[in-house]
Amino acid sequence: MAEKKKIPSELKEMLRVGFNKEWRKELRKSIPAKERMKISSQKMPERGPEERNKDFNEVNIGLDAKLAKKEAQRCLDCANPGCVMGCPVGIDIPTFIKLIEIGDYVQSVRKIRETNSLPAICGRVCPQEVQCEETCNIKKAKGEGVKIGNLERFVSDYESLKGDVYIPPIQPATGKKVAVIGAGPAGLTVAGEMARNGHKVTIFEALHISGGVLVYGIPEFRLPKSILRSEVGYLEKLGVELRENFVVGLTATIEDLKNDGYEAFFIGTGAGLPNFMRIPGENLVGIYSANEYLTRVNLMKAYEFPDYDTPVFLGKRVAVMGGGNVAMDSVRTAKRLGAELAAIIYRRSRVEMPARVEEVHHGEEEGIEFHFLTTPIRYIADEKGRVKAMECLRMKLGEPDSSGRRRPVPIEGSEFIMEVNMVVVAIGQSPNPLIAQTTPQLNVGKWGNVEVDWDTMATSIEGVYAGGDIIRGGATVILAMGDARIAAAEMHKFLNTRKKK
Amino acid sequence: MAKILRRERLVPNIHLIEVHAPDIAQKSKPGQFVIIMPDEKGERIPLTIADWDKEKGSVTSIFMVVGTSTHKLSLFEAGSEVPVFVGPLGKPSEIKKYGTVLLAGGCFGIAAIYPVARALKEEGNKIITLLDVKANYLLYWEEKLRAVSDQFLVSARDSYYSCKDYIPKTLQNIIKKGSKIHKVISIGCTYLMYTCSEATKPHGIETSVSLNPIMVDGTGMCGACRVTVDGRTKFACVDGPDFNGHLVDWEELFSRRKSYFDDEIQSLCHWEKNNFPR
Repeated sequence: MAEKKKIPSELKEMLRVGFNKEWRKELRKSIPAKERMKISSQKMPERGPEERNKDFNEVNIGLDAKLAKKEAQRCLDCANPGCVMGCPVGIDIPTFIKLIEIGDYVQSVRKIRETNSLPAICGRVCPQEVQCEETCNIKKAKGEGVKIGNLERFVSDYESLKGDVYIPPIQPATGKKVAVIGAGPAGLTVAGEMARNGHKVTIFEALHISGGVLVYGIPEFRLPKSILRSEVGYLEKLGVELRENFVVGLTATIEDLKNDGYEAFFIGTGAGLPNFMRIPGENLVGIYSANEYLTRVNLMKAYEFPDYDTPVFLGKRVAVMGGGNVAMDSVRTAKRLGAELAAIIYRRSRVEMPARVEEVHHGEEEGIEFHFLTTPIRYIADEKGRVKAMECLRMKLGEPDSSGRRRPVPIEGSEFIMEVNMVVVAIGQSPNPLIAQTTPQLNVGKWGNVEVDWDTMATSIEGVYAGGDIIRGGATVILAMGDARIAAAEMHKFLNTRKKK
Repeated sequence: MAKILRRERLVPNIHLIEVHAPDIAQKSKPGQFVIIMPDEKGERIPLTIADWDKEKGSVTSIFMVVGTSTHKLSLFEAGSEVPVFVGPLGKPSEIKKYGTVLLAGGCFGIAAIYPVARALKEEGNKIITLLDVKANYLLYWEEKLRAVSDQFLVSARDSYYSCKDYIPKTLQNIIKKGSKIHKVISIGCTYLMYTCSEATKPHGIETSVSLNPIMVDGTGMCGACRVTVDGRTKFACVDGPDFNGHLVDWEELFSRRKSYFDDEIQSLCHWEKNNFPR
């Protein structure tokens, strides 16, 4: 469910001003609300399932100008826009949509960039159906909200296709050095905000390509790497310095960086060690964590083995444990790498699946099998120590648990054997342990998560902030970016007050 | 990009690589490792740090040629660059006063034990160095290691050196002769570390091994390097690489290390065919 946030007063004011502009009034009048409500939702053009499930090219083709205009016309331009309440980064959604309706794509994407430095990514990977599209007022009336995500993607793709990415005004240089640790969605967002505020930003990234989960986790067919590269390039144009192959905590500690003149820090080191189910046989050959499987394929390009040196198993019968986006990415990757059986094994039922609805739908079209209310209890090895089968149990749904979802309960005597030769465990991960291990004064919670004040994202160390999966455990790109925006505002304040000292 | 300052073949199939990496040189401690990629298409390979020079800003590793990426590395010359050289990774070895420490090393491990031996020696321990080579001509870094050892032994199957037996037997003989050994540290191939652990187990001598599972990111993200120690899953890249050899599930480690055996051969053939056409 969307987390309905109270809209901050500045944003409220901005929305009000936009709403009352003459061109908006005229536009609203040009098509009566009643007519707008009759327009049906425009379907995202996509490649056919039998074509796309054999390669890694993007599934969605993107709206064309005609479709985008039609979809934009569905938006009623409400006085109290529900959509904005559902957006973790508070984008002025009605304005950017109405700018699409009048064909001013350049101003539209600039509007988005005021609060979101990664629109081409968010347009593709945000779970809009539980955020802005869920709280869209039309959804209540018509059952289907305006496809805000598709529109966001449309304008940002227009911008990158045209090649003239708008560089917003940058504040005069403050001479303050900011260290951003981790080049994932949270880190990239903080870097963009801080650079625009005139600070000298360096992003330290442990891997050899920046992007964090956007590069090692989310597959090419959902988020092309070229999109990521252009968004990272945008940050470089803002003056952000990228230092890849640098592991903060080991190559240098936060303390060392302080001595180097860095004054404010953002920890965005993301998800770390994968969780396992702790059942017998889980370390057999052929059983991957989703992180390893996706990293081999996405970051190391194992799908181009042997042209690339890193191999990956090409399982013929693949079971993926879990019901989230990572599980969906893994199972659809396995299908593309030639699996005859590519199955999701999920202990709850379809409605509890945390994955984006579109991904589940796409997966179904591509021939993914779904085994709901099922859980593995042990893995069985062949004579070479490779997984050849797994024993599963059927489940039923009992009383709701602390998450509000009905708890799965095993059905006694329902054991059965499923033959598989590859397994991917995608049941979440714990925060990365490196910063906590090497920063003694940093307060860390029970699960290894960095503890913050949720209003400011400040950690227990002055000048050090954190956001994204390192504080949440395992969440979404957009929530990480929401944390990052709060942190960046606070870091800016922190640096300014320091100056006055 | 990191610049290669030196790359030389020490003995057949074993190479030294010295890389300009001032940040890593400042932070390196015995027992840690780096990850190197020979080119954009290569694998991320973990290599134990064998030496470093803070003033020069360099880090040295020794590697054995096994798969495609290590083959590529073995062809590099000084002055060229590698796209990835990152570290120091993993937890450092525990350096303290034990008394008498026996360090058992083989193949790349001969170099890997060097910084550990040096640090333990500085800490006031008596150092027995025991190396394993198939034949005497495969021994390297003898002078370097002698300089930090109180006793220096080599097991070489052709018996040119001290003893002919494979390391664990020599190790057992030393223990049986009554030398009091407080700690054994073994670094090298999995089989060597396993057999050394088996040899010391009945005598209750604390034995540390530097595990070498397959890794991908090496920074605590992917979980490829998981090993079972004392019945629990550990991640060698952030919980290790040093573990108590008596508690390691060796069978699992052997099996996991062989995961990509066929792929490695396929990859090598592919690379050789494209680069060295006959």
